[in-house]
Amino acid sequence: MLTYVIRRLIGAVAMLVVVSMVTFAIFFVVPQLAGATPEAFASRYVGRAATPETVQLIAERLGFNDPVVVQYARFAKGIVVGAEYDYGTGVEHCPVPCLGYSFLNQQPVWPDLLDRMPVTFSLALGAAIIWLIAGVSTGVVSALRRGSFFDRLAMGTALAGVSLPIFFTGMVTLVVFSYGLNLTAPGGSWTDFGENPGEWAYNLILPWITLAFLFAATYARLTRAGMLETMGEDYIRTARAKGLREREVVVKHGLRAALTPILTLFGLDFGLLIGGAVLTESTYSLPGLGKYAIDAIANNDLPKVMGVTLLTACFVVLASLIVDLLYAVVDPRVRLS
Amino acid sequence: MSFLELKDLRVHFPTDDGLVRSVDGLSFSLERGKTLGIVGESGSGKSVTSLGILGLHKGGPAKISGEIWLDGEELVSATPEHVRQLRGKKMAMIFQDPLSAMHPFYTVGAQIIEAYRVHHDVSKSVARKHAINMLGRVGIPEPSRRVDDYPHHFSGGMRQRAMIAMALSCDPELLIADEPTTALDVTVQAQILDLMRDLQSEFDSALIIITHDLGVVAELADDILVMYGGKCIEYGNAEDIFYRPEHPYTWGLLGSMPRLDREASERLLPIKGSPPSLINVPSGCSFHPRCPYAERTEGKSVSQVPELTETDGGHLVRCHLPRAERRSLWENDVKPMMETT
Repeated sequence: MLTYVIRRLIGAVAMLVVVSMVTFAIFFVVPQLAGATPEAFASRYVGRAATPETVQLIAERLGFNDPVVVQYARFAKGIVVGAEYDYGTGVEHCPVPCLGYSFLNQQPVWPDLLDRMPVTFSLALGAAIIWLIAGVSTGVVSALRRGSFFDRLAMGTALAGVSLPIFFTGMVTLVVFSYGLNLTAPGGSWTDFGENPGEWAYNLILPWITLAFLFAATYARLTRAGMLETMGEDYIRTARAKGLREREVVVKHGLRAALTPILTLFGLDFGLLIGGAVLTESTYSLPGLGKYAIDAIANNDLPKVMGVTLLTACFVVLASLIVDLLYAVVDPRVRLS
Repeated sequence: MSFLELKDLRVHFPTDDGLVRSVDGLSFSLERGKTLGIVGESGSGKSVTSLGILGLHKGGPAKISGEIWLDGEELVSATPEHVRQLRGKKMAMIFQDPLSAMHPFYTVGAQIIEAYRVHHDVSKSVARKHAINMLGRVGIPEPSRRVDDYPHHFSGGMRQRAMIAMALSCDPELLIADEPTTALDVTVQAQILDLMRDLQSEFDSALIIITHDLGVVAELADDILVMYGGKCIEYGNAEDIFYRPEHPYTWGLLGSMPRLDREASERLLPIKGSPPSLINVPSGCSFHPRCPYAERTEGKSVSQVPELTETDGGHLVRCHLPRAERRSLWENDVKPMMETT
């Protein structure tokens, strides 16, 4: 068990190294192949009125003229031990984990990410609770009453949920519940949980529901399919033959077995989501990682984009590790080795 | 009235292709301490009958009519909740494949404890002691250790023992075993059959063994019921069925049974054709398309459904052939062929 965890952790680190290489290549090598000069990168750090000489000097100081491998090594070293940046106005120290400086405001990326994380995490957590409860229970009832009116309605709604993009459902909910009925926050507001939990929830309730609707749809369909399969298993017949109440048969024997694939999907979805719920955060103007990434992309602020990408990759790798470990807890037949 | 009595039980399933008559007018009775073997090919309605007795068709698509009397109570018309309370306690079932019939995510002990606690208001630790005790009684070594194992840690025979322990945990008066040894190795089969015989005499329960294997019922059954196409076609005590069978289908079953006392080079005598469709049941006697003696009935087997009639004390046969002809066919034709070929 312990060796398995250690091996998986090493694998996870290796995975992250690869991800960092790929992201670095995408954001710093591909533009050069497309004709971007070192000066083009450097010019993003200097003001508009800079002379070509200044730009060249900055490019030299920040190392944009070095070979790609050296640049990547410097970037990777920054993450592990921190880095020093020299803009000509004095050397700035960028502490661990240094994901570089923003092109725009010359601020290190990592503290920004730390600031944004609670927002995205709050959003993802609340939505996850809603979609798990709503999706799984809808799926169970649909499977038990297969072909009924409820089943058709639920699966129709689920189809809509899967197909409708957040920027549509989000707008509709904003128009109806916020501007129309004045029930919820109009979006764009964020209160820290520690400051005022009530307001925190009030600001988030609409994004939670919208985001949860999208995921609940998938989970309802998955649960329904899983339940239809497990409820036909021999051990369900055994459970009934023992004289168990139908509720116990369904929940303790049927749902328990159907939950395993749902757990897997949930781990990956949640891991991806806490790395930034891009559409939801932009629709509701929430200052989370997704909004941060979108703004950075709009401004061509590559270090920020890379930072978010790497962080998201971290979360996904971590989530899949946790899922694999949990698997052995959920299904006793699985042996970790 | 007997302990268990079925009167004209019918279990029909409406499907898009038509009505599936899985069980079509089945009657029999069984006393405590006695064993009934129900024999037939796949699809003859054996398992559907057993699930019907346990009330497991309730709430499903099946249409059930007739009567099932268990210890003076009628079960077909009883509420699902009432039958649920009897299930596992008064009547219990052992299933064919113990690997798929036990939940893979719970320990063997947890599953026995669950079965016991549904019907007994006891603490978990009391139920656990009971589970260990039951596992010991069905011959599982070191039961206090094995109780915490998962089904996949057990071998096939051990799993079936655990399954039996689970079924017997509430001391049921009626035990139904559906192909209890089919999924097991031959060496283990005999052990399981011995175990079931011992436990039955210990608990004095009524036992129904459902199988396609006449060897199994030869070991255990007092009475044997041969099913074909959802109907009983021959019923009698084990001696009647093995030594004086009167239905051509029973002859076919006996002839297709491999026997050690015959030369290996000798061929089995298979029944030609395949089991009848339960939707478009053949007219008249449902066995007539496969019956080698059908033409001897002067067309009656095609036009009329034969009645189940008594041929001797308690020995019932559903066949158009006259009794004398059946007996002479068996004595002069079929039996010599089985003994000599």
